[in-house]
Amino acid sequence: MKQRDPELLLQHAPFLRQGMTTPTAMGDVLIALTPATLAGLWYFGISAVLVIGASIAGAVLTEISFSGTERRGESLLDGSGLLTGLLLGLTLPPGLPMWMAFLGGVIALGLGKVIWGGLGNNLFNPALVGRAFLLATFPIAMTTWTTPDEAFWTFRATNFDIPFTYTEIDGLTAATPLGLMKFDQQATPLSNLFMGSTSGSLGETSGLLLILGGIYLYFRRDLDWRIPVSILLTVLVFSAILGLFDSERFPAPLFSVFSGGLLLGAIYMATDPVTSPTTPVGTWIFGIGIGLLIVLIRVFGGMPEGVMYAILLMNAATPLIDRFTQPRVFGHLRGDND
Amino acid sequence: MVNLNPLNLISGSFRHGVHPQHLKVQTQDLPIQRVPFGSNYVMPLGQHIGVPCKPIVKKGQRVRRGEEIASASGFVSIALHSPVTGVVKEIGEFRTFDGNFSQAIEIEADAFSTQEPNIGPAIDWESMNIEQFIQAVQGAGIVGMGGAAFPAHVKFSIPEGQQIRYLLINGAECEPYLTNDHRLMLERPDALLKGAEIVRQKLGAEETVIGVELNKPEAIEALQARIQPGDPVRVVSLEAKYPQGAEKMIIKTVFGREVPAGQLPRDVEVNVNNVSTVVAIADYFDHGMPLIERIVTVSGPGVSYPANLIVPLGTPVREVLKFCGGLKDETMEVIMGGPMMGRPIASLDAPVVKGCSGILAFTEGQTLKRKEFPCIRCGRCVEACPYFLNPARFARLSRARMFGEMKGYFVFDCVECGCCAFACPSSIPIVQLIRTGKDQLRNTQASEK
Ligand code: SF4
Ligand code: SF4
Repeated sequence: MKQRDPELLLQHAPFLRQGMTTPTAMGDVLIALTPATLAGLWYFGISAVLVIGASIAGAVLTEISFSGTERRGESLLDGSGLLTGLLLGLTLPPGLPMWMAFLGGVIALGLGKVIWGGLGNNLFNPALVGRAFLLATFPIAMTTWTTPDEAFWTFRATNFDIPFTYTEIDGLTAATPLGLMKFDQQATPLSNLFMGSTSGSLGETSGLLLILGGIYLYFRRDLDWRIPVSILLTVLVFSAILGLFDSERFPAPLFSVFSGGLLLGAIYMATDPVTSPTTPVGTWIFGIGIGLLIVLIRVFGGMPEGVMYAILLMNAATPLIDRFTQPRVFGHLRGDND
Repeated sequence: MVNLNPLNLISGSFRHGVHPQHLKVQTQDLPIQRVPFGSNYVMPLGQHIGVPCKPIVKKGQRVRRGEEIASASGFVSIALHSPVTGVVKEIGEFRTFDGNFSQAIEIEADAFSTQEPNIGPAIDWESMNIEQFIQAVQGAGIVGMGGAAFPAHVKFSIPEGQQIRYLLINGAECEPYLTNDHRLMLERPDALLKGAEIVRQKLGAEETVIGVELNKPEAIEALQARIQPGDPVRVVSLEAKYPQGAEKMIIKTVFGREVPAGQLPRDVEVNVNNVSTVVAIADYFDHGMPLIERIVTVSGPGVSYPANLIVPLGTPVREVLKFCGGLKDETMEVIMGGPMMGRPIASLDAPVVKGCSGILAFTEGQTLKRKEFPCIRCGRCVEACPYFLNPARFARLSRARMFGEMKGYFVFDCVECGCCAFACPSSIPIVQLIRTGKDQLRNTQASEK
């Protein structure tokens, strides 16, 4: 019988942990986005690779150059920079010049995350900060949508613009389903929206694949189901109510859900844990707020798309929501805290 | 903020909490066996919560098994008894499991003694009044055996004007690995029911409710089979969820009542006792045996032969482990108690104490320092905390050394159950940060006085 006296560690309880860690959660999101990304490649060909690649490069390089040497490995390890770059890339139009996508990635990480103090401290979703920057700076390039039906190896000339130039193109562009709806009151068939054969940004076109990824995340316990569910329900209900007033002018509920970046935003961006409330009640409020804002902006705003601003606005409200939705502490009366 | 089971909201259990793996299969079917007697026993005087007891024996004095060797000094204090027949070898400082030194009595077992238990006559509890009963329990050295080791009799003294309606026997055993209560319910259901009945009658409670987690169906059956129709006893099965066995949580689950912060179960007319505690009470009144041994689950991946053991108090942890085939080479940490709230053992020579429900040995998988990542504000800890506190905020404030704020957010309501740290994907040592905060607050409070 052996009775070795091991050099005992003195670590503290709890000695058990649930299996998920922050890096695996980030990795899961990357996996969940893979089908939608591949669909983007399928529909938009080599341009998708170029645009997404440029935005990831921008994000990851910024992450590396701004993290201190000792933290460098770690901040790469958690995969959040990569994820931000990918998410940003998926919201960009396929014909965007690569240098703009790269710049977007730099801004997303730099202004969206690094200056806040790194992962966990930022108020706004970094990918959306990058996109908001691009939309404000390059409005034309960001709203020029090309059609998805070109051969894989067709290079879109605009991708290769040298920095700080942009060639206007004509003839190649196509309006997105939301644009068609808003400006021409012309609805795109739902099946096209569902499968992804519409024009739009790289990752937002196929509702089916985005939902599948979301289901995967749910079963991996990486996703707060309340946020996408509340956003989608709110959009459905609110659109249906508006439809009662004027079904010609306002988009139908299902069309609203499957068009534009709504699914991408609801499943992958609004659920960013850092920028969404921590309390269960708070997440419902957060989701409902986003849903309302999306419909309001889409219907009454000047632009066809509103998901980005809706999420950013609710991001800003998150600290406040958190503050007012702290649950009642066990054994205390409501209102005892704060 | 992930809740895979929306049904949690409508099930009868307390809300929040976590679902660790049960990990009880290694020991749940192993009958309780007795550890052979060794040579030296060390009995720390402060192995219960409260005032340490006072030695009443001299060095060199002969003591019999079960004889009182230290008496209670004050109300929140209990007596201590010799676990073996032998000689008092030393009264002095001995190392306890946390690595510190504390006053203790060392007894050298008589090598020629059979260590036959000194079975006395049954004690007539029926004619005792409540004060006598409380004194008897105090004199028997009985503590709450769930782990905290709070003197049992203190709970039985009910202030004027309050009354107890329900006696709740806690057989939840929600900590993973531990099966000592499970085996006790299976093997000694009669003693359990007897002890419960004694306590119920003395407290004047209407009904005894025994709460057992659903992952112990045999225990539930064994108890149910012993209950006659008309007995004021009821067994309720509880959802297997951690920390179902926490006093306030099991009350919430069984009676749907929340014990207000800063108050005790008796304020909602309930008295809660662990199954081992009532068995100890039954043993005392049946044949005068005070608390000199307890059942310990020895398990974990670092133990060669896991077991449920009757261990005389004062036995060195090393001897217990030796009986189980020793530690495996890859063992990295040994703890006392369950994996969620247990405490690390610094010295294997330290004795088993009254609050030791388990000795678990972990290998690299459990103890290797998890890499810490920044808090991603995911809210999983918020959704795990059964007390509805905000652990992430405590961790942040503690890191920023803003201890005063922590108090405002009720850090003292935290029972350090570990649900938050269990759930945290970024492996933030939330419980330690909370403890730091509490310690700092206590220190400043003490220095202000
Ligand atoms: S350790 Fe404290 S803060 Fe953490 S879950 Fe338990 S009671 Fe809540
Ligand atoms: S402390 Fe851990 S569990 Fe809590 S919000 Fe932060 S990362 Fe999530």
